[in-house]
Amino acid sequence: MSEHVVSLTVDGVEVKVPAGTPVIQAAERAGSVVPHYCYHPGIPSRPAQCRMCLVEIEGQPKLQPSCVMIAQEGMIVHTQSEQALEARRSVIEFLLLNHPLDCPICDAAGQCMLQDYAYETGQLSSRYEEPKLVLGRDRIAEDILYFADRCIICTRCVRFMEDIAGDNSLVVAQRGHKAYIDTFPGQELEHAFRGNIVDVCPVGALVHEDFVFKARAWDMDTAPGICAGCSQGCNIEVNVKENQVVRVKPRYNADVNGYWMCDEGRRHLVMANRGLRLDVPMIRRGDVLEAVTWSEAIEWIAASAPWGAGGVAVVHPGESNETLFALRELIGALGIAGGGYRMSRGEEVELPGFPRLKLRQDRAPNGAGAELFGFSETDAVPVPEAGQTLLVAGDRLLDAGSDYGAQAGFYVYLGTHMTEGASSATVILPLAGAGEADGTYVNFDGLVQRFHQAMQPPGVARPGWMVIDRLLREVEPDRPPMRDVAAAFGSMAAATPELEGLSWRGLGLKGGRTAGRATVTGAR
Amino acid sequence: MGYPYSHDLEVGTILSRHFGDESARRLNVWQEYGGYAALAKAVGMDATQITGIVKDSGLRGRGGAGFPTGLKWSFMPQEPTGPHYLCCNADESEPGAFKDREILRWVPHLLIEGCLIAARAIRAEHVYIYVRGEYFPYTRILNDAVVEAYEAGFIGPDILGSGWDCELTVHIGAGAYIAGEETGLMSSLVGGRAEPRVKPPFPAQSGVFGRPTTVNNVETLAAVPMILSEGSAWYRQWGTERSPGTKLWCCSGHLERPGTYELPLGIPLRDIIYDVCGGIRNGKKLKAVIPGGSSTALLTASELDCASTYEGMQEAGSSLGTASPIVMDEDTNIVRAIRRTAEFYAHESCGQCVQCREGTAWVAKILHRIEMGDGRLADIDTLYDLCEQLTGRTICVLADSVVFPLRSSLDKFRADYEALIGGRA
Ligand SMILES: Cc1cc2nc3c(=O)[nH]c(=O)nc-3n(C[C@H](O)[C@H](O)[C@H](O)COP(=O)(O)O)c2cc1C
Ligand code: SF4
Ligand code: SF4
Ligand code: SF4
Ligand code: FES
Repeated sequence: MSEHVVSLTVDGVEVKVPAGTPVIQAAERAGSVVPHYCYHPGIPSRPAQCRMCLVEIEGQPKLQPSCVMIAQEGMIVHTQSEQALEARRSVIEFLLLNHPLDCPICDAAGQCMLQDYAYETGQLSSRYEEPKLVLGRDRIAEDILYFADRCIICTRCVRFMEDIAGDNSLVVAQRGHKAYIDTFPGQELEHAFRGNIVDVCPVGALVHEDFVFKARAWDMDTAPGICAGCSQGCNIEVNVKENQVVRVKPRYNADVNGYWMCDEGRRHLVMANRGLRLDVPMIRRGDVLEAVTWSEAIEWIAASAPWGAGGVAVVHPGESNETLFALRELIGALGIAGGGYRMSRGEEVELPGFPRLKLRQDRAPNGAGAELFGFSETDAVPVPEAGQTLLVAGDRLLDAGSDYGAQAGFYVYLGTHMTEGASSATVILPLAGAGEADGTYVNFDGLVQRFHQAMQPPGVARPGWMVIDRLLREVEPDRPPMRDVAAAFGSMAAATPELEGLSWRGLGLKGGRTAGRATVTGAR
Repeated sequence: MGYPYSHDLEVGTILSRHFGDESARRLNVWQEYGGYAALAKAVGMDATQITGIVKDSGLRGRGGAGFPTGLKWSFMPQEPTGPHYLCCNADESEPGAFKDREILRWVPHLLIEGCLIAARAIRAEHVYIYVRGEYFPYTRILNDAVVEAYEAGFIGPDILGSGWDCELTVHIGAGAYIAGEETGLMSSLVGGRAEPRVKPPFPAQSGVFGRPTTVNNVETLAAVPMILSEGSAWYRQWGTERSPGTKLWCCSGHLERPGTYELPLGIPLRDIIYDVCGGIRNGKKLKAVIPGGSSTALLTASELDCASTYEGMQEAGSSLGTASPIVMDEDTNIVRAIRRTAEFYAHESCGQCVQCREGTAWVAKILHRIEMGDGRLADIDTLYDLCEQLTGRTICVLADSVVFPLRSSLDKFRADYEALIGGRA
């Protein structure tokens, strides 16, 4: 056997793990999850202070914290021995002494490690008769509330800030049973990745203010997504209640974002779909834009657009690959030679303890995808010559006035929001927005990642690729249809050498690499 | 000799000869008394030789655990790959203990000399003396001595022309019992919270600034100069095979003559209380004594015939600890005394370990309720169960420490608890 592997027995199951693996991880491989609080796989410091993960190791007189005990060859571990169970039960009893048990109004209820283990250890009543200690609550950052009474002082939050964010403004104040988490007087917790402290908190002590009292864990729908805040492409979990995004959390992906994401990203999806949404196709009839059905709109465009006559186009790096691919086809059919996209940029913010992840300068998720499908970056919106065709897809035209595109002969606007710049459009097609469709993005690093629909788009808005596919099939009845997103991905991959070998299914939730990385290195 | 009283049974040669003599704080006087001769000898010796003598002397750590000092020093790397440090633990915060204070304020040069010899033995380039914040007046005395010793060339570069350099810094703590636990002390010293950490790594592997470090108590280090001057056989003329030498006993409570006495290890505890300290004041009877500082188990009047050695106190079911007996007379309310002790531990818990953070406070609250006449018999069972939950499960032994006085009081004075409870179920 290699010296880099040790084998040990956990609850009767033999496992082999790399040398240096903590017992808690070895146990997990053997199928025994050891309850824990202070240990977090993404936070390197291991104070072993909650004493929840104590296990029995044969030959050791005392119970040992499995989060720091390193697996040794031949070790025999019992995670469920009477002694270990008793120690665990008592930690829970101690934690509940002063705990307010306000689960009915606590935002962590249903996703709380204290609740879970308390149920697991079956403690329905307490021997504690003394008055509970009340510590109150506080605002620990501009957007984060701290409920001190619920805090179990596992210090995960402090250690995330210290070890990962490289920021020591969060501290344990006081000591013993009066200890609580705080910033130094006059100091604020301002770090761009501070929101992760809420995710690492195993209980309901830290809550984002914009989530407080908003939704019960069991009332939310959840879909796996990709953050559209920047080109990093953090994997996220989108929590939706009544078709509204109420919370965005990071979803683990070792290659992209680990356990983390930035605060700008958390807000991105919540904010992205606000405003006056387009929810129905519209056609210009004289001075007015008239709402029509999809069939009417498609038939009308197919009949009246100047196919093959050329023009100008701008797309948006927030659109999915599938939509960008379809747009390229549409632009081609219109005879337009290539299009541009505009990228908004911001300052890069690093996460010193997890250098792979940065809030990237490119503040859109799919600049690499736009490049891949032949669009090139521009600064300004294109100005069509009189009578020419203009196509705008996704760009919200925030810098354009109501006369933008008025000189165009035919102006197609595909987008999510009504905007002044679209006032003179010939036809407006409502698209599904962020979180409202399935699709893929290519991140700054050339990784193709899938995201899933988390909520319904408004009205009859539809994903861009679906709309365009329908339109192109109206013009070219023999085109093979894109029946679903997997088929859309398939047609796209078949026509794109860089995507060779990739399939929607094959990408799974961890993503797949583009073949020709060189083509997408423009991304920052 | 002892301070403020002395007694014939004392051996004042090693630590306490100049207690009460303010002039001994001054370097010139101290040198007249023979000070720094041992350091002069030490600079002519190498680390292994010094450690060998201390090993042979059988000196055991005076910080509470009684770990053999020479052995501890030998754990330090023999071939340094970078700086080594010595930390002198002067955080003395155990209720009942005030022996280190006497050394700091009467014979600061003895401590400095001991620190330097130990530093040479462990190849340390810097000594930190960590003094509890409340000892501010004595820190001043120590600081004055440090300045004098620097000026005289006993500390700093090229000590006594030997080519050996060693620095010494006095650091004042902020007043926390847990800063006395060695890993808590080191964390506090480098600017962190005074929080113990899991061992391994042990201080000899990774201590102050992540470098090999030895932590020794004030009294341990203060015994070193005489051992080096006079030899290990000389030191072993006192005490027993496993507990050689002399020890400061700081006796408090309801005694006729409380104070610090330097006694050879091995005198019966009864003689310390009734002879050396003159017995219980006002002719009262003894009810209980916490013999080794508040973290040790209570002994009753019938359990005093044990030898005052590490092994003797253990046989008696308690421990020598810091040799700080707190004596309680027949009028003492034991429940109240233990409640007060538990409150101390609850207040001083650093709060990392759940058992210690929540359990010590719970114990204190239950005891308070019993004391106020609101207890129930089930509380006694709960207290016994909490003794189990607080033992052997935490990072450091602060949680275990509250159990010793608590459990022994429940075992030996159950009647006192029951009297306060008055039969309520
Ligand atoms: C809670 C706690 C408090 C302690 N406080 C002190 C103290 O105030 N002074 C001290 O010398 N040792 C104290 N100790 C013991 C130290 O951890 C350490 O063992 C000692 O300083 C080693 O010195 P020695 O080998 O010379 O005894 C304490 C230990 C614990 C667990
Ligand atoms: S706020 Fe949450 S993460 Fe931070 S110490 Fe308290 S329980 Fe742990
Ligand atoms: S780093 Fe980028 S992708 Fe990740 S959360 Fe922030 S904005 Fe979103
Ligand atoms: S046992 Fe108590 S004092 Fe020691 S580390 Fe744990 S919480 Fe802190
Ligand atoms: S998870 Fe191991 S002690 Fe907290």
